[in-house]
Amino acid sequence: MAMLEVNGLNVYYGLIHALHDVSFHVNEGEVVALIGANGAGKTTILHTVSGLLGAKSGSVVFEGKDITKKPGHSIVKLGMGHVPEGRRVFPGLTVAENLRMGAFTRPKGEIAASLNEVYEWFPRLEERKNQPAGTLSGGEQQMLAMGRAMMSKPRILLLDEPSMGLSPLFVGEIFKIIEKVSAAGTTVLLVEQNAKKALSIADRAYVLETGNIIKEGVAADLLNDDAIKKAYLGE
Amino acid sequence: MLNYLITGISLGSIYAIIALGYTMVYGIAKMLNFAHGDVIMVGGYMCFCATTYMGWHPLLGVLLAMAVCTVLGIVIERLAYKPLRSAPSLAVLITAIGVSYFLQNAALLIWTSNPKSFSPIVGRGAVQFGDLQITHVTLVTIAACVVIMAALTLFTGKTKLGTAMRAVSEDKGAAQLMGINVNTTISMAFAIGSALAAIAGVLLCSAYPMLVPTTGSMPGIKAFTAAVFGGIGSIPGAMLGGILLGIIETFCRAYISMELSDGIVFGVLILVLLVKPAGLLGKQTREKV
Repeated sequence: MAMLEVNGLNVYYGLIHALHDVSFHVNEGEVVALIGANGAGKTTILHTVSGLLGAKSGSVVFEGKDITKKPGHSIVKLGMGHVPEGRRVFPGLTVAENLRMGAFTRPKGEIAASLNEVYEWFPRLEERKNQPAGTLSGGEQQMLAMGRAMMSKPRILLLDEPSMGLSPLFVGEIFKIIEKVSAAGTTVLLVEQNAKKALSIADRAYVLETGNIIKEGVAADLLNDDAIKKAYLGE
Repeated sequence: MLNYLITGISLGSIYAIIALGYTMVYGIAKMLNFAHGDVIMVGGYMCFCATTYMGWHPLLGVLLAMAVCTVLGIVIERLAYKPLRSAPSLAVLITAIGVSYFLQNAALLIWTSNPKSFSPIVGRGAVQFGDLQITHVTLVTIAACVVIMAALTLFTGKTKLGTAMRAVSEDKGAAQLMGINVNTTISMAFAIGSALAAIAGVLLCSAYPMLVPTTGSMPGIKAFTAAVFGGIGSIPGAMLGGILLGIIETFCRAYISMELSDGIVFGVLILVLLVKPAGLLGKQTREKV
């Protein structure tokens, strides 16, 4: 059975039908990308999976447990980390406090070790650990948001537009980190507008258009698919 | 002169303790809890009942008032405000005014409109420093204010729950993604704010020992002014705003006019907000891309 299974998800914002019967799955150890244009429903999917939004119908099953109706704050404990769109670090909290909040659900004794691990991944964060997160650059904030999610020791990491608004240099760095996270054994569900980058590191991908999944397949095949090339890769 | 200053600081300390309640709730729930002033009144009556009717030790009376107000704060939030979490802020504001009237009228039914004379929790004695005479009530009030300020600063700055509270006040969605239960955190802010209101109620009634169902309204509004004055959402701001307001009010009463003092206090608020719209210590928020 897949690690994360989403079946026939329908989500509404008021009267707007944002997701139409969306179904997909993520196997353990995979990197799966959701690609699509602005407003296709990528972020809505992630918000529904991690419990920030409620679904009208359909189900989200994580490691055999139905989490569709679970409140958002209780899903972290099950092993799901979510790096939201726009990073959403706590600007008035210091870098270290942000990271500690990431480990909110974990016992106190384990936090110091995880903190060191995250500092090893992102040495820049250690340099700036006592600085308010709001004073970091965009790229550093993205690192902080990822480090903060890793503090909960997730088995699956949901990444929402990690490259948004970053310089090309930082984009490369962030994608290298995603590959490292995956190599270290964390399953990744990645939402990206930068389809080329996303497909280059993903195992499989789903293509979304106005709330519907219109295509799915092995990432390498999608990279060579003419229709995809035309619509999303700008070739 | 110095006597007025001490009186002002003491009155300001009470405003500051009330303002802390406003500011904590505003910081987290982004709402103005206009029923906060009436929780003060309930605290006063609870302490009054415990000491006068049941003959309890004043300290037990304070504890009873704090316990009752904490529960009351949580219940008010759950019943009146939680269902409106995603409603427009005007709806929440009007509900808060409704809760305020409800509490005042409930008090009217239970305790009638006859003023109760509150027996101060500490003796009426005073300490003499040369020309300066400071009553015990004043000393206790200022000490309570300092202790509360220090405790709250430590709590929000150093503890895990306190940091979580700040995280919720900055971004509820992201806080939820950390596994923080936002509803529990909001309840906690109401609980702390209401317990502080109980303490403020007892101190207020000890300094001005006349208890009626509307006792809390005016200090409530003034403390709200103090919270805005200092920068709503900021804990040191509430403290600074409260104490400054107390001093300004006392000096106006002493040197300008009894009748005009309230007007002058609110006038100062308007002036400060014209120059610094976020209040003295308020944060101007900026977004970084």
